[in-house]
Amino acid sequence: MIGRDLLGIEDLGRDDLERILETARHMQEVGLRDVKRVPTLRGRTIINLFFESSTRTRTSFEIAGKRLSADVINFSAESSSLSKSESILDTARTLDAMAPDAVIVRHKVAGVPKRIADVLDAPVINAGDGAHEHPTQALLDLFTVLQEKGRIDGLTVTIVGDILHSRVARSNVYGFRKLGADVRVVGPPTLLPAGVEALGVKAYSSLREGIEGADVVMALRIQNERLEGAYVPSVREYSAAWGLDRAKLRFAKEDAIVMHPGPINRGVEISHDLADRRPSVILDQVRNGVAVRMAVLYLLTGRAQPAYGD
Amino acid sequence: MQPATGEAASASASGDRVVLDDASIRRALVRISHEILERNEGAGDLYLVAIPNGGVPLARQIAANLREIAGLDLPVGILDTTLYRDDLSRRGERPPLRHTEMPSAVDDRVVVLVDDVASTGRTIRAAMDALMDFGRPRAVQVVALVDRGHRELPIRIDYVGKNIPTAISERVVLRGRGAGLEPPLEVRVEAAGRAES
Repeated sequence: MIGRDLLGIEDLGRDDLERILETARHMQEVGLRDVKRVPTLRGRTIINLFFESSTRTRTSFEIAGKRLSADVINFSAESSSLSKSESILDTARTLDAMAPDAVIVRHKVAGVPKRIADVLDAPVINAGDGAHEHPTQALLDLFTVLQEKGRIDGLTVTIVGDILHSRVARSNVYGFRKLGADVRVVGPPTLLPAGVEALGVKAYSSLREGIEGADVVMALRIQNERLEGAYVPSVREYSAAWGLDRAKLRFAKEDAIVMHPGPINRGVEISHDLADRRPSVILDQVRNGVAVRMAVLYLLTGRAQPAYGD
Repeated sequence: MQPATGEAASASASGDRVVLDDASIRRALVRISHEILERNEGAGDLYLVAIPNGGVPLARQIAANLREIAGLDLPVGILDTTLYRDDLSRRGERPPLRHTEMPSAVDDRVVVLVDDVASTGRTIRAAMDALMDFGRPRAVQVVALVDRGHRELPIRIDYVGKNIPTAISERVVLRGRGAGLEPPLEVRVEAAGRAES
């Protein structure tokens, strides 16, 4: 069963993934009510500890926590001593002394959530660490595909873009593989990690070959610094070869859906026209993110609490 | 109440007793349906809300009875109480969530909650809290196929299939048809110390 922390999809079994997705399905129903709040985590405290800015993921966790009636406290690098000399672990210990029930961590360096989890009593949820993992993004992507397609087993899922630097790609590769999908990765050869096939995926540099017959096409955000550096000749060339638009999507299955973790570089990874309408499900991904994070918070905060006075 | 429906319940061991069989369960549900009609004149604004999983086939059967007896076509909702339980912070493992589906607004309706086995009253308490988050019912009434006592909260069951005094160590087991789509075939009381079915 799911462990104390959620640090990566790599650590989870098929049962864990299915349990989280099933729980998320019920949490989604809470979000459809007039009163979008249940008392489950009343009196509990959740800390958003973001060393790297992220409005979207932080807000999603915040809404998820609040819909479960938890108090959600945001700690970001700008508003705390994190930008001063205090070390990461000292900051984490300080927060731990305030007895949170869960701590959500994002950091630009891979492995920081794990190091924090090692010193904290509270469960730690990785909200993205370097190029390592972003487990809740993969969970919401799995959930979205499950809702759209009714299954994951046997689907062909193509991830397009900067695979080398993408924690979203890595978490999704683990997640979709564990649930039985065929996973392909597509991108400029400079942005495909060496030995990526060892993760059980097929790698392509041709978009057309990579999305041939795909049920799901996921475009990744490409960071501007990569476009200006040595990885890609130019934005225009990247967009021409690997940017998704309706014409290129013809090679995928007729009912293929298009996903993107956001924020979108419009006209670079994905055309304006494709980003805004079906078969794009980008806003469904955002909506589902709240349900999936509610599920994770519910499941991870389940350790028995000492009775008052103990 | 945790559902104990399933094929796993096997032949009677010593100390077990069958307290309701197929026919008496059906009779009890017909009687309850009549009582609901008597108590709610007109009954047009009734809304049956089942507590899953055990309450769901019972609520459906009561709805079918009311259709037959009085030509009423009542909405049947399903309301999971898990996220409202008062013991969540004391349990180590998170219980699985169940389905919730509320097809109509509860505002100004007489909501009849339907559960299989009533005992401490804590599930009914949780169900009432959940219900209030969906709106403001005009009244709330409660059906239980079995009331085994041991109430811990001031909660009254309005329509009882059968009162079954039990020792707190005994278990009330509902044996169903497997899919949980129809009312159980049998309700038994099992002695303490048996393995979970």
